Amino acid sequence: MSEHRVAVAKTYKLYVGGAFPRSESGRSYPVTDHAGAFLANAAQASRKDARDAVVAARKAFPGWSAATAYNRGQVLYRVAEVLEGRREQFVSEVRAAEGAGADEAGALVDAAIDRWVWYAGWTDKIAAVLGSSNPVAGPYFSFSTPEPTGVVAVLAPQDSSLLGLVSVVAPVIVSGNTAVVVTSEERPLPAITLSEVLATSDLPGGVVNLLTGRTAELAPWLASHADVNALDLTGAPEEARTDLERAAAGTVKRVLRSPVTPEDWTREPGTARLRAHLEMKTVWHPTGV
Amino acid sequence: MTDHTVWDYAPAPESRDLANLKPAYRMFVDGEFVEGTGEPLKSINPGTEEVLAEVSTAGPSDVDAAVRAARRAHEGPWGSMRGSERAKYVYRIARLIQERGRELAVLESLDNGKPIRESRDVDVPTAAAHFFYHAGWADKLSHAGFGPDPRPLGVAGQVVPWNFPLLMAAWKIAPALATGNTVVLKPAETTPLSALVLAEIVAQAELPPGVVNVLPGAGDVGAALVGHAGVDKVAFTGSTEVGKLIQGQLAGTRKKLTLELGGKAANVVFDDAPLDQAVEGIVNGIFFNQGHVCCAGSRLLVQESVAEELLEKLRRRVSTLRVGDPLDKNTDVGAINSREQLDKIRELSAAGEAEGAERWTSACALPDRGFYFAPTIFSDVHQSMRIAREEIFGPVLSVLTFRTPDEAVAKANNTPYGLSAGIWTEKGSRILWMAQRMRAGVVWANTFNRFDPSAPFGGYQESGFGREGGRAGLEAYLDV
Amino acid sequence: MVAPSTPSSAEAPGTPAPGPPPPALADAVRDDASLRRFLHGLPGVDQVGVEGRSAALATRSIKRASKMWAIDTAISMVDLTTLEGADTPGKVRTLAAKARRPDPDQPDVPRVAAVCVYPDVVAAAVDGLAGTGVGVASVATAFPSGRSSLQVKLADTRYAVEAGATEIDMVIDRGAFLTGRYGQVFDEIVQIKHACGDAHLKVILETGELATYDNVRRASWLALLAGGDFVKTSTGKVSPAATLPVTQVMLQAVRDWRDLTGELRGVKPAGGIRTTKDAVKHLVAVHEVAGPEWLTPRLFRFGASSLLNDLLMQRRTQLTGHYSGPDYVTVD
Repeated sequence: MSEHRVAVAKTYKLYVGGAFPRSESGRSYPVTDHAGAFLANAAQASRKDARDAVVAARKAFPGWSAATAYNRGQVLYRVAEVLEGRREQFVSEVRAAEGAGADEAGALVDAAIDRWVWYAGWTDKIAAVLGSSNPVAGPYFSFSTPEPTGVVAVLAPQDSSLLGLVSVVAPVIVSGNTAVVVTSEERPLPAITLSEVLATSDLPGGVVNLLTGRTAELAPWLASHADVNALDLTGAPEEARTDLERAAAGTVKRVLRSPVTPEDWTREPGTARLRAHLEMKTVWHPTGV
Repeated sequence: MTDHTVWDYAPAPESRDLANLKPAYRMFVDGEFVEGTGEPLKSINPGTEEVLAEVSTAGPSDVDAAVRAARRAHEGPWGSMRGSERAKYVYRIARLIQERGRELAVLESLDNGKPIRESRDVDVPTAAAHFFYHAGWADKLSHAGFGPDPRPLGVAGQVVPWNFPLLMAAWKIAPALATGNTVVLKPAETTPLSALVLAEIVAQAELPPGVVNVLPGAGDVGAALVGHAGVDKVAFTGSTEVGKLIQGQLAGTRKKLTLELGGKAANVVFDDAPLDQAVEGIVNGIFFNQGHVCCAGSRLLVQESVAEELLEKLRRRVSTLRVGDPLDKNTDVGAINSREQLDKIRELSAAGEAEGAERWTSACALPDRGFYFAPTIFSDVHQSMRIAREEIFGPVLSVLTFRTPDEAVAKANNTPYGLSAGIWTEKGSRILWMAQRMRAGVVWANTFNRFDPSAPFGGYQESGFGREGGRAGLEAYLDV
Repeated sequence: MVAPSTPSSAEAPGTPAPGPPPPALADAVRDDASLRRFLHGLPGVDQVGVEGRSAALATRSIKRASKMWAIDTAISMVDLTTLEGADTPGKVRTLAAKARRPDPDQPDVPRVAAVCVYPDVVAAAVDGLAGTGVGVASVATAFPSGRSSLQVKLADTRYAVEAGATEIDMVIDRGAFLTGRYGQVFDEIVQIKHACGDAHLKVILETGELATYDNVRRASWLALLAGGDFVKTSTGKVSPAATLPVTQVMLQAVRDWRDLTGELRGVKPAGGIRTTKDAVKHLVAVHEVAGPEWLTPRLFRFGASSLLNDLLMQRRTQLTGHYSGPDYVTVD
């Protein structure tokens, strides 16, 4: 009785508004491993999928940004917990995607898990570290507090399929933003698995939306979308960056440019990415009786 | 004893001589006042339409020379100077502005048209305060939360508007210098004079040549400056339209950009507000500086239950505003900065009438010459009207009503802008509830139009990005 | 609660005769609870805002010709006051002489509005002012603390009125006010007003003890509701006394009262106004906050003693073009 069992192949779909739809276009594209061997077909998102993702992100924004920092921190920590539980799956996917050895891939996945933990701890500290009470010269109490920018479109790094992805998504949502993420074009499978983690981690639907597909095709629609507040160009194709920035200027989006030299995702991130997606709000009130 | 006609305020003009007005002004490059290669411009006194002075403007080669001078200064003395020494230069500037305060105030009112009361009590002292505040940061940047040794960006190209010519120059230059950058500043075409006197002060303070350069001129000079390859940082305050052009122009470069653009602020008055002070705040919100304020409270949102009462009080109060000679200490509302701006205000006001809003204009006397516009209140305004959506940048208030807090928030946020907002209510929890929900970089509760160098200022959305003032404002000039 | 009697300022020409109070106000005085609801329903006063507005008003400068008019107007608004334990009929007669002819060298200087004294020397003031039209005001109601029985306060009032006082400056029971017994304060004002007969009633709030502008506004309305002809800031015995922001809040109250009822009621800052500059600032506030119709001694008074001489000195300066000195005005 050693009959060979037929594996259940997985259909990779988009992650939008907490659900897993296929692309409305019906398109998909083949994903190969590092050596070029076929892995799976991934959904190839269209501009309409991008539009739907922005709608979902905008819908999720009021609730997520109004959630207590404590609550957001717990949700992010929960992501780390669930990710840890599927560590082996991620190791094998990162190995396949990036061609890394077992130890290296393991270290990358561990770092990705730890990154969620790191950012989980930031939710209730950003305001204290970046905010201020302003000693104005008059009978007023003035304070400044960081607030989320809104809907952030993220072009995830092309090379680092999991750690890079986590490193650009987590700092967006820590402070209450919601994200529309275009995943690594050639290495989308860890991102798709991450969406399953997010879907089961108490993260409200729509806070993170993941689109697989052609970055060059989707990015211009996000860069020019009037209901997108900020744009992270980290994974933008080099030849498209100038045009994307120019498109973003149409509604004065905050743009986080791609780094000059490839980023080392294993380093401690610092606060630059956190600050990039924040607005400082200053409130004044007279002091009197 | 009840003959009210004898009650009148005296013209109490500041002497124009205090401005030490010169017939001609030249640009300031590499520590020298030099002729520019651009076409000279004539700066007009908007209060009288008389020419104040001729001002030389920069041509493309001057922009290049100024940026090179700034680069040399950055790579030379300024870049290598210890923060504690840099601080003392910046403190010197603050003190010299205070010493030459009356001169600057009169000059500003002559060139800009703003009432002397404001240039004297707000623009000039706040400009000095900005230098004083930022000077103290120069040797404390390692404590600012941007790492142990945050570095300056290099050469900052800065373009400022005509509504607060000196103050905006101070907002730009002070943090740039404190953080170790050098500066090329372009003042607005219609108001170049106070920036050039500030350049005199920089020279008087003996800053090394090239640390601060001032290039008068029109938009083409600004475009050449921000587009210059030798500029590392661009800071712009002005219209959203031009801000978008600059952001587009800088696409693909590595220049760090901050923008402080237009606004259409909602000033929300609840039925439990301290009404008399709300009236004052509304007046200060929209008629301060002739309404030439990006954060002006140009959309008044009043709870329906007090709308009539508030409007009546407001009209009565606005009737007491004195419009006229900017140099008169009794003047509340001065001259519109230019004929072009006056035409724009008239055009939008006409649109308000055409779209069916009810117009009320103060019956105050206006001078025969100069650019003046009587304070105007439009009631029965609806969100769809141009006067509720477009920035008028003049003494024109649009009044809308609401019924519930949620409706107030929805209407207040229904704009692509997001610079400032006002809240008037006696209820503390409602203030905080509203402040959380208003999409605006500055929220004034039971007050309006307050500014301080220690309080970060800047917009959400199409009102720009980056902050000026406070610890947060340093980020705009640091490589962090 | 007792019903308020007709305010006597309404008899002044040009003032509409008082009708029944508007429904909102009739309700306000129905009972203690209503009165409390009404007073606490008044819009609040923001301290920083009202003080900022006062500072701005203080920067206005008035025309030279207007200044002369302002000085004369201010003189005509002075309630020339002496409220000392050491007061005697002789001192009061001297003051009366000053009141009828403030500057012996300048016969065109207007007379002051009134002389303000303690009840037991009213007779001396009446004597000294007979036929001049200058009013005789007397503080009553256990001035300045007001800490006595209603019977004593009523007797005090009758005593002053019977002696010939044409104006009564009463103090409210600040203790009662601060503990929220508004009905008691209201009733007391109503009864004193009744005891005044034809005499005008000024209600001293003693704003220095009320501590907040919200209280000043509430107490002003309470006094207006109870029929006071004037609201007055202070006894002069408590610091701070009259300040520009406090006067401003009172001016807002009489302005809003006029808008609601059509009646004109007066305001009297007292204590601490010593210079012409201070007086002119107050007149600017009267003009811009309440309106030009309040620029009359019928509706605005200064409770002061040393102010008059400064006004006279400044008046001479206006006329002669050089500064005057204290030896050139009479010290009384």
